[in-house]
Amino acid sequence: MATYQLNINGKSHSVDVSEDTPLLWVLRDHLDLVGTKFGCGIAQCGACTVHLDGSAIRSCSTTLAQVEGKSITTIEGLSEDGYHPLQEAWKEVDVPQCGYCQAGQIMTAAAFLENNPAPSKEDIKNAMHGNICRCASYNRIFKAVEMAAEKMG
Amino acid sequence: MSTSIPNITFSRRNFIRTSSLASGGLMIGFNLFTACKPDAKVPVDLASLDYSDFNAFIKIAKNGAVTIFSPNPEIGQGVKTAMPMLIAEELDVAWDKVYVEQGVLDTKNYTRQVAGGSQSIRHGWDALRQTGATAKQMLVNAAAARWGIEASECTVSEGVITNGKGETLGYGDVVEDAAVLEIPENVTLKEPKDYKIIGADIKNVDIDKIVTGKPLYGLDYKAEGMVYAAVLRPPAFGQELESFDAEEAKAMPGVIDVIKIGAKAKELLSKEKISWTAQLSPSEKVVVIAKTTWDAFKGKKAIKATWKDVSALEDSKYQDDKLVSLLDGVEFNTLRNDGDVNQAFAEADKVLERTYESPFLPHNTMEPMNFFANVTAEKIHLVGPVQTPEEAANTVAQLLDRDIEDISLEMTRMGGGFGRRLYGDFVYEAAEISDAIGKPVKMVSSREDDMTMGVYRPAIKYRIKAAVKDGELTGYYLKEAAVNGNMYGLIPNFFPAGAVENYKVDVASYPSKITTGAWRAPYTNFLAYAEQSFFDELAEVMEVDRVQLRLDLLEKVKGTTDERIQYSPERLQAVIKEVVDKSGWGKQPEGVYQGFVAYYCHNTHVAEVADVQMENEMPVIKKVTCVADCGIVVNPLGARNQVEGGIIDGIGHAMYGDFAFKDGVPQSKNFDRYRLIRMKEVPEVEMHFIENELAPTGLGEPTLPPAGGAIANAMKAATGKRVYKQPFMADPSFWKTTAKPIIG
Ligand code: FES
Ligand code: FES
Repeated sequence: MATYQLNINGKSHSVDVSEDTPLLWVLRDHLDLVGTKFGCGIAQCGACTVHLDGSAIRSCSTTLAQVEGKSITTIEGLSEDGYHPLQEAWKEVDVPQCGYCQAGQIMTAAAFLENNPAPSKEDIKNAMHGNICRCASYNRIFKAVEMAAEKMG
Repeated sequence: MSTSIPNITFSRRNFIRTSSLASGGLMIGFNLFTACKPDAKVPVDLASLDYSDFNAFIKIAKNGAVTIFSPNPEIGQGVKTAMPMLIAEELDVAWDKVYVEQGVLDTKNYTRQVAGGSQSIRHGWDALRQTGATAKQMLVNAAAARWGIEASECTVSEGVITNGKGETLGYGDVVEDAAVLEIPENVTLKEPKDYKIIGADIKNVDIDKIVTGKPLYGLDYKAEGMVYAAVLRPPAFGQELESFDAEEAKAMPGVIDVIKIGAKAKELLSKEKISWTAQLSPSEKVVVIAKTTWDAFKGKKAIKATWKDVSALEDSKYQDDKLVSLLDGVEFNTLRNDGDVNQAFAEADKVLERTYESPFLPHNTMEPMNFFANVTAEKIHLVGPVQTPEEAANTVAQLLDRDIEDISLEMTRMGGGFGRRLYGDFVYEAAEISDAIGKPVKMVSSREDDMTMGVYRPAIKYRIKAAVKDGELTGYYLKEAAVNGNMYGLIPNFFPAGAVENYKVDVASYPSKITTGAWRAPYTNFLAYAEQSFFDELAEVMEVDRVQLRLDLLEKVKGTTDERIQYSPERLQAVIKEVVDKSGWGKQPEGVYQGFVAYYCHNTHVAEVADVQMENEMPVIKKVTCVADCGIVVNPLGARNQVEGGIIDGIGHAMYGDFAFKDGVPQSKNFDRYRLIRMKEVPEVEMHFIENELAPTGLGEPTLPPAGGAIANAMKAATGKRVYKQPFMADPSFWKTTAKPIIG
């Protein structure tokens, strides 16, 4: 067991867990931040995507030692009250079916647009290719990312 | 086929009850599923009914706010939005004034709540509109009484009642008067042309919560004092637990206990009547109880268990051989037999016979199986994602030998269903664990658990044989061999039944320890590809146009007196003609190759055209054009999401879905070895709906089955290669246009 100081969504948290506990389960089970989802646990699906100093990472395959002292953002902290341009676009396009993968999709897209504010269609497809949507809402995800990029650009 | 809305009338007394709320509003309770079945038994003494006899409610508060408790679980097919839309339409309230909540169920009011089979909207269509209209009529009657006029002198718009003098009363103003009025017996439903909400684009009611990460799903649920449980099940189908050593696991931080469950399930299995959704496993299982999910997963890895073989451990090769021998054999169950197919083959000018093969498929809902249970001496509380709450609660009562009255079940939003959550195996595990440890517990599955714990679409093979004489299709013989069985009931009465004089459908199966069940668009999800590929090839053999072949066959079915026939030839012809027009069939530009399909299933008629182009000598699916006739489209925005999702899901599984067994052990356990379709593989989807005023049918499933056929036919057009086995990309080099067969 070890104690870690984490900075999540601008707040600092102290957690006492075994060293190999992935960030995902600390968020979900210890800190009640359940917006970050569990899909595969092996960095294959993207459901657990959060930001580490602004970059998208897979929280299921990230240890606390890797994130201590850095700034973590989860879907709950992406914006005040859900007004990030991507969240707005997601609502506008009505993207979700079951909705389970969508927090991870939005977090992946948010980090991507931060680094590439004027993406081509190909760029968007490449950036989102790592996130699985079992309900296959892919075309709406694409449309919402494109829409948000236009608004942000 | 009639073209008007079927006018079934229900006695509203049978399923509606009103009462005033302590807070001063009006509560209208109704039993949706009793309402849907006019002949279902209804409680005799209405006065003694209490609200637990109802499973859906409309609450109108004194300030006029309307809350609709939607009775159907949400698995992603949009019913949690679409069903309240029907009530709100007839109630005549503005949609943005309506709040929708998932009904919390206790054991007395789970009459029949199943999301699956694309039936939710179809069952609710009349009952929900009648309920909304009845509620509206009561409010109008109350206002009319207040004004001392006839109800017919009032008009209503968006929750405001107006009399001849232009005076108005809001719904909230008259709720208390309405609560004590008689429930009107005869209400008039709106004409479709007057709809304001039905047919409008309405967004997912949970959208704000979804995009901000609020707790919604079973896996997000927490309760005071709750612990987590991970279950170690036999690694192979055909094995059972022999012994285990939990010493190391018990010493791990966060691990509370390690127990064994399964004795109760085994006992229940030996009883006669258990639900078809039970999927109980005969083996005992080892369960790690821990403080967090991670502790439970880790503890499970530290268990040393030995397993014993109790029956044959199957390999994919064994299954393939077995299914082929069934197709070659003579032991069949005949589901439909018209004329004499053997004679047709004997007299034929040409005979075409093809065999199509598919693997097992896991559901892989994005949210792995999980459930919460709190079993105490007084009551049992169950919470989580399950599509069949009634069966789940009943089976838990049987399992733990408890009174059904002790059980309450709360449904959460579901991270996907695809049929998997029709089965309650994970509910019973959670209940048995909580019963054993005396604590509230959440049973959690890792992806590996989820993918290997069973209930798969069975592996299936079809052999189809057609007879052609004098340029006519004179015989059609479909044989199915499936692990544990697949096709049943009405499917043999789908197209081309009725269009071919000599027609036969035979099925065969062998029993396996691998558990199988419904998978999105059950029974047809693979059949449609097989038949639609076959028709494509048949048209080539008959040297006729592939679209015209279907149109001509459908022509023969018109006016049929065979009541078993499920599809409408007129409606199927209409979607075919429309898709030909919309897809530019036959007029595609150079380098675009098209594949055509037309199919009926899940009460919906669908035609699709896929466009394929060659890139790097490989066929790439660029676009699918789909025309669906699903009756009135209740929520076009949601419907398009369903249609598109179904097509892409169908393509994804046809292209990549593979699930092999070795010694009874699934060879794919996570998404590193199990390929799902991803963003860059997804084609554009163009959708059109036939406009009519027929009762709506579901859209969660019917566009999926034919999609595999559409792309197979298009890839044949592009490469000259026809594929008889799914997944199509099992060996990508097969498609390389330069890969020529080596001769001599
Ligand atoms: S749960 Fe982390 S990538 Fe799937
Ligand atoms: S919306 Fe269901 S997994 Fe993406």
